[in-house]
Amino acid sequence: MDERKETTQKPAADTPCLAPGSGRDIEAELQPPVDQVDLVVIGGGPAGLAAAVSAWDAGCRSLLIIERDDRLGGILNQCIHNGFGIFRFNEELTGPEYASRYIEEVKRRGIPYLCSTMALELTQDKRVIVVSPKIGLKQIQAGAVILAMGCRERPRGALGIPGTRCAGIMTTGTAQRLSNLEGYMPGRRIVILGSGDIGLIMARRMTFEGAQVLACLEIMPYSSGLTRNVVQCLQDFDIPLMLNHTVIDIHGKERLEGVTIAGVNPDTRAVLPETARRIDCDTLLLSVGLIPENELSRQAGVTLADSTRGPVVDQYLATEIPGIYACGNVLHVHDLVDEVSAESHRAGQAAVRWLEAEKKGLITRAVLKHHAVPVIEGKGVRGVVPQFIEIGQPDAGLDVKDKWRVGFRTDGVYKGGAVVVKADQKQILRQKKLIMTPGEMVLLDLDPAKLADDALKALTIEIEGEAEHG
Amino acid sequence: MADREIICIGCPMGCTLNVTVRDQQVARVRGNVCSRGAQYAKDEVLNPKRMVTSLIAVQGREEPLSVRTEKPIPKNLIFDCLREIRKAPVTLPVAIGDVIVKNVLDTQVNIIATRDLA
Amino acid sequence: MNQITNEPLDRQADKTGQDKPPLLYDACIIGGGVIGCSIAQALSRYDMRIVLLEKNTDVSEGTTKANSAIIHAGYDAKPGSEKARTNVRGNRMFEAWCRELHVPFKRNTSLVLAFSEDGIKGLAELKKRGEANGVEGLHLLDRSQLQQREPHVSPAAHAALLAESGGICCPYQLTIALASQAVQNGLDLKLSCRAGRIRRHQGVFEIETSKGVVRSKVLINAAGVYADEINNQLSTYTFKITPRRGEYWLLDKSASDVFKATLFQLPTAMGKGILVSPTVDGTLILGPTAEDVTDKEDVRTTQEKLVEILDTASMSWAEIPRHQFITAFSGLRAHADSNDFILGFSPDVPGLINAAGIESPGLTSAPAIGQELAEMAAGFVQAGKKNSYQPAYQPAVPFREMSHQQRHQAILKNPQVGRIVCRCEQVSEAEIRDAISRPVGAATLDGIKRRTRAGMGRCQGGFCTPKVISLLSDELQVSPLALTKAGGRSQILTGRIGQIDLDHKENTHHG
Repeated sequence: MDERKETTQKPAADTPCLAPGSGRDIEAELQPPVDQVDLVVIGGGPAGLAAAVSAWDAGCRSLLIIERDDRLGGILNQCIHNGFGIFRFNEELTGPEYASRYIEEVKRRGIPYLCSTMALELTQDKRVIVVSPKIGLKQIQAGAVILAMGCRERPRGALGIPGTRCAGIMTTGTAQRLSNLEGYMPGRRIVILGSGDIGLIMARRMTFEGAQVLACLEIMPYSSGLTRNVVQCLQDFDIPLMLNHTVIDIHGKERLEGVTIAGVNPDTRAVLPETARRIDCDTLLLSVGLIPENELSRQAGVTLADSTRGPVVDQYLATEIPGIYACGNVLHVHDLVDEVSAESHRAGQAAVRWLEAEKKGLITRAVLKHHAVPVIEGKGVRGVVPQFIEIGQPDAGLDVKDKWRVGFRTDGVYKGGAVVVKADQKQILRQKKLIMTPGEMVLLDLDPAKLADDALKALTIEIEGEAEHG
Repeated sequence: MADREIICIGCPMGCTLNVTVRDQQVARVRGNVCSRGAQYAKDEVLNPKRMVTSLIAVQGREEPLSVRTEKPIPKNLIFDCLREIRKAPVTLPVAIGDVIVKNVLDTQVNIIATRDLA
Repeated sequence: MNQITNEPLDRQADKTGQDKPPLLYDACIIGGGVIGCSIAQALSRYDMRIVLLEKNTDVSEGTTKANSAIIHAGYDAKPGSEKARTNVRGNRMFEAWCRELHVPFKRNTSLVLAFSEDGIKGLAELKKRGEANGVEGLHLLDRSQLQQREPHVSPAAHAALLAESGGICCPYQLTIALASQAVQNGLDLKLSCRAGRIRRHQGVFEIETSKGVVRSKVLINAAGVYADEINNQLSTYTFKITPRRGEYWLLDKSASDVFKATLFQLPTAMGKGILVSPTVDGTLILGPTAEDVTDKEDVRTTQEKLVEILDTASMSWAEIPRHQFITAFSGLRAHADSNDFILGFSPDVPGLINAAGIESPGLTSAPAIGQELAEMAAGFVQAGKKNSYQPAYQPAVPFREMSHQQRHQAILKNPQVGRIVCRCEQVSEAEIRDAISRPVGAATLDGIKRRTRAGMGRCQGGFCTPKVISLLSDELQVSPLALTKAGGRSQILTGRIGQIDLDHKENTHHG
């Protein structure tokens, strides 16, 4: 099936695509000429697909998607639940359906892609080294690069949950792949730690397969998942959501036999030992956070932000290295794939405009920023993207008509508060919000016209109001 | 006649709605901070519906076929629907969007494939 | 007789011929840790019929898989002790030994840190003790010399003792390599084979095992924390082994270039200290704690000790990056009540050779112990050396260690080299298949981890576990449902989808 996928791809005639076939002259491969590609998109998940489609539509005909799995679509392939595409396609799709829409777009345009191909290295001057069973090791000199590698889940070890190291403990994403793509059940009596959306979705998925989901524990005073998922994945099936609770011990020598759970102080998150009790279970699924996969970004010298663990970018999704862009969950972890697509479309367009400007010789600076204004995380604000706004003469050809989208999360639950954006001391935007929670990214669209001020030193985003416990 | 508490899923606010039902009609909704809450309460109490997504193990294949209901079905039919899905015969190849079960449980809703499986 | 019984499943446990009379071995080793396998490797050079019994599904499953992996210089042990003698000798043998076995070793040096003026005196005493043990290359460093060598060391460190001969290795890869070479040279390796009652009858040891009776002229006790149970069945010279648990933290590779040397802390009244060390894999290890436990399988980690490690280690390394932890684990050291290794012939049971109480620096001592005890065993049955000896199995060069050119050529020859299964550690499908099919191959998820590092990186198997399961299933021709994390009942999967009855699931009528 995947063979078929690859052979049906038809690169456009003027595309210097790498031939995926294996029947080529081996001698020539031993000293491979460096392939030149205008735009290399690293990652064929929702972000990479959308970025590539937009780049093509913006006029780029020399581009290539690198995907390490044996098919396009990324994590969407294993997300068989509905809830995707409400904003993008105005209908409720499952993950594989959402992915297939974009894969069709890629194929219809004849955008070349390489599956089963892993980007091993990325240099500052945008040389990508890829490896695949079919083409061996290959160097590609890219004009521009879009980072779209997605994210990974935090493992048990990163939390240091004490106890034994038995079988029956895995991340929800691993369990999701095992059940939804490979048809295997990870367990029968299941406890889920973490109430992010994947945890909630897997609680329902396992219930649908006949497993017993005994509890979903959340150390914070609120769920980090969507309310809809709390209701439709837990409440519908009487699965208790235990807020301010965590796992403090793991039992079982070979296979998991039980976990000890305990309440935590909602302010300090210190374990309350008197509340400890054991739940017998054979499986512990962890949904305790997603980490952008930025090993390649780091190699290339891309600066990463502490609060997002993704690249520092401007409003065009440009990193601090000219010609390297980032979008999707490698940049910051999103709630909705629809927003990933929207962001990636912008990255694809911006990268192409940059390429055009560079070809015309309009970009000469070694370091991008002309007049980069930092976007400061004020009171209550975490993980703001972009971290900089390019205010001055943007790179030639960049479209300044669009609004500039800023996304961030709050550090707690705010009801009846407001978001305030200040240009230096001056308030330029104030939006009241019925509720803001860390589980849902707040998105703002800034009007470039209000920011065209050469004297501007900083934008600050802050929350008015007081955080409360859920 | 009864009062029921449900959580509104309209937004992250998650208002706890207190719904009074009289003669199979929603007589009163309290606890909502916006009009969407009242509408949600009505739908959810009188005619709750859910999309159902699941898997079918295909004979001789490791990879299962993922499927969904085309439209939401009455919530109280979820597990009956899952049982129907499990039983459904699958003949390969299947293309995304193919109808796997017609008019499941007389709901006028089809079960369709959400992926290709060759 | 070259029979590897590393079946993944206990269902295959009783395949060994029940109807044939049991073989008479020249030597039987109990325990497949680094000591047992070192002895087996050394013994396989002799013209002898040898067997090794290991209760787990793989070698290296006990103390060997969970320790600091340090090759000690030898300044620590009491002069005149077996520990001191074999440590210094083993340290000298180690580098060549690892090279011959194609396993990693690095002489990264050790530093013992002192945090007070008093400590400087302690360092001088340590240096004197080391010199008495025959350790070369010991130097006292003042603060500026220390900071120059290790700029990230905590400013709280006043001074240090540098041991040039300190090193690091990979204990489980080493042990697997030892077992492989022994098997290639005739060792009968019996995995999932637990030794039970033993008696000596007419000059022959009869060992009841989970796979039938094993008969041998020499019995070598390398049973780790269980060594007392073996010895005390046979000898009136009894001893007691206390399992002493040590917990560790492991940090991601991105922290790897922080320190070059292994940093010890000078023991004080407050305790023996916690080490901070790079590993040969490029990660960083912090630990161990020391806690006597009663259960010989109790390898839990605990909240208290994991915190204790951080608190104590932060004396050496002030800014431990806590978001870079990838895992925590613990291991048991076999502490003998005599506080020294128990090596050699039992005083009252002819043919019983003990290698017991092998706690730190046991790993360092392993090549010396293996050689010495093998000589004793061979002498007992008057065996000579074989004429020919198979060199150690050389696994395929790991993808991550190849040059680009090597990678390209290797992929053209075998496309599986180009299929990266574990992205964090860049482990190829070819390596995983090789790890399964090689001598003493992997049959479990943990077995794959220890042979290839797949699943040992920062995502801890999140992405590669499903792929490794399917490769194991393919190579071993068993159902994924039968595969385990580490043998026994540690199955990873519990069934196929659609198999659990939904009858108990009622349709919901409430909100």
